[in-house]
Amino acid sequence: MLGTGLLQGLAVTAKNFAGSFHDPKRLTTVEYPEKKSVIPEAFRNFPFLVSENAEDPMGTLRCVACQICEKECPPQCIYIEKSKDKKPDASGKMQIYPAVFRIDSSVCMNCQICVEVCPFDAIKMDHVYEIATSERFETLLLDRHDLAKPNSYFHQIRPLEAAEVDGRLTAERKAAEEKAKAAALAKAALAAKPAAPAPAAPPKPPEQA
Amino acid sequence: MNAAQDTGETLLERAPQALRDLLTSHLPEPWRWFANSLIAIVAILAVFGLLFAALTLAERKILGRVQNRPGPNRTGPFGLLQPIADGIKMLSKEDIVPRDADHLLHFLAPVTLLASSILAFAVIPYGRHLIPVELDAAVLYFFCVGATTELAVFMAGWSSHNKYSLLAAMRALAQLISYELPLLLSWLPVVMISGTLSTTGIVAAQSAWRWGWMPTWHVFTPWGLAGFVIFMVAALAESNRSPFDLPEAESELIAGHLTEYSGCKYVFFFMAEYFGMTALSGMAVTLFLGGWHAPLPSLEFIPSYVWFGAKLITLLMGFIWIRATFPRLRIDQLTRFAWKFLVPLALVNLGTTAFWSLSFGWTGPLLAARCTVAVILVVVPFVLLGRRLSSGLTPRTYSYAP
Repeated sequence: MLGTGLLQGLAVTAKNFAGSFHDPKRLTTVEYPEKKSVIPEAFRNFPFLVSENAEDPMGTLRCVACQICEKECPPQCIYIEKSKDKKPDASGKMQIYPAVFRIDSSVCMNCQICVEVCPFDAIKMDHVYEIATSERFETLLLDRHDLAKPNSYFHQIRPLEAAEVDGRLTAERKAAEEKAKAAALAKAALAAKPAAPAPAAPPKPPEQA
Repeated sequence: MNAAQDTGETLLERAPQALRDLLTSHLPEPWRWFANSLIAIVAILAVFGLLFAALTLAERKILGRVQNRPGPNRTGPFGLLQPIADGIKMLSKEDIVPRDADHLLHFLAPVTLLASSILAFAVIPYGRHLIPVELDAAVLYFFCVGATTELAVFMAGWSSHNKYSLLAAMRALAQLISYELPLLLSWLPVVMISGTLSTTGIVAAQSAWRWGWMPTWHVFTPWGLAGFVIFMVAALAESNRSPFDLPEAESELIAGHLTEYSGCKYVFFFMAEYFGMTALSGMAVTLFLGGWHAPLPSLEFIPSYVWFGAKLITLLMGFIWIRATFPRLRIDQLTRFAWKFLVPLALVNLGTTAFWSLSFGWTGPLLAARCTVAVILVVVPFVLLGRRLSSGLTPRTYSYAP
């Protein structure tokens, strides 16, 4: 009969209205400035540079200024200048470091390609999304001081990925140390027995930094 | 008025009148009438202005809740100051008038519309002693004033010198005139039964109690229920409310006849829409829902204007509920619904009412026959016309989607 559909429709909206007061499944709005929705771990917005030590972020950046991310960045928002000198990195190895590392946050499109190409796990995607500024020029161009965040922060926002990265890095460091020890032993043996042919020691891969 | 009502004079019942007399008692006698009228005007403007503000907020809150979101809650506690913020925003906007517009008409259209919609409040009895103007032909006056809004809508469309405004105004006129007929036909039965065009008389005709507890409101009779439903549907269309809001369908047209209006004048149109809706609801309360009468004899200690307000707000909430539920009609569906369904139904309802008033004295088994015949006279045309209206309409099938 004419009108039954109308009554069904009214019942649906009445149910919605009443439900919005007692059923949190219906009223799903999170009132943003006061409350923030829980961000999933894989959320990504804007990259940051990982430093090993929170006290000395510039001295312990994992970045070795290899410039792969600068070359791969599709909108070319990364600008890197290599340092002239070398500094010891977290594992004590002498490395080049980025004298200038800038990302233009107005150009960056959060594609995560820099993170995927980085062989040093030195750049990772951040969870920040409140990055609006009141000024168009200086505050949008972030340099390495703004970008550096300690590894503990990385653990905080992405515990799973950070644990995996840390495990891999320590394993690599351990392997490098053992290899160096073996090489030293071999050298000593070579010195002791100069007649024997020297074993060709493989060159250290850069990941051992 | 019967004896029960005359004894129910509490202090609160008399309060508005006493307050007015207190204010005007020191004036000389010839001025008192004038001052009393002024106070009535100010009271109407203040009460319905505030109601308008509260209604816009309530509408946005309720629509939000129906759509599973909280609605406005930023301005003030629970968003209570939202109407004030809206008002300041609208009033501080630039008032743009098109260069080629007819400036006088362009200015007069919102003024005419708002004035006529406020004039309609004059004849509604808000309480036992609260009626601004007592007219013998009050109902006639009310609907004449209401018809002026059509003139204003066309003035707005014509004077804007904009083809979209003009086309939309034509459409709005087609809608308003189509629904004027069922609106008028739906309240005629009330006049037939109560034998008066005065709103006070119509309210008095609904003052008795059947079996000591059941109010004799017109809506509780078969013809009254049908008339009430037709009246409310036509009132929805007359006040440009969803699902009949074609003249200013914001998601389809630009803004219809309001295209070239901004700032204060736009607010006037907006206010007039809500005032019209409120006035029509008030008239529906007066004609069908027993006016200011309490629904039970034991509840008569509550002042009559509270009952009127409660009924009025219930109807307004119904308007909002309907807006939250139904999608908009197409223009051909709209006019077809008016001419092929509402008008015949209202005409049949006139016959039903004639039968009801002729069979007034029937008692005993004849009374049962009277009710049965009246119900049949209401239900059968509804079912038949409804079947015809929806004949040939099947659920839509899609060629490319399952």
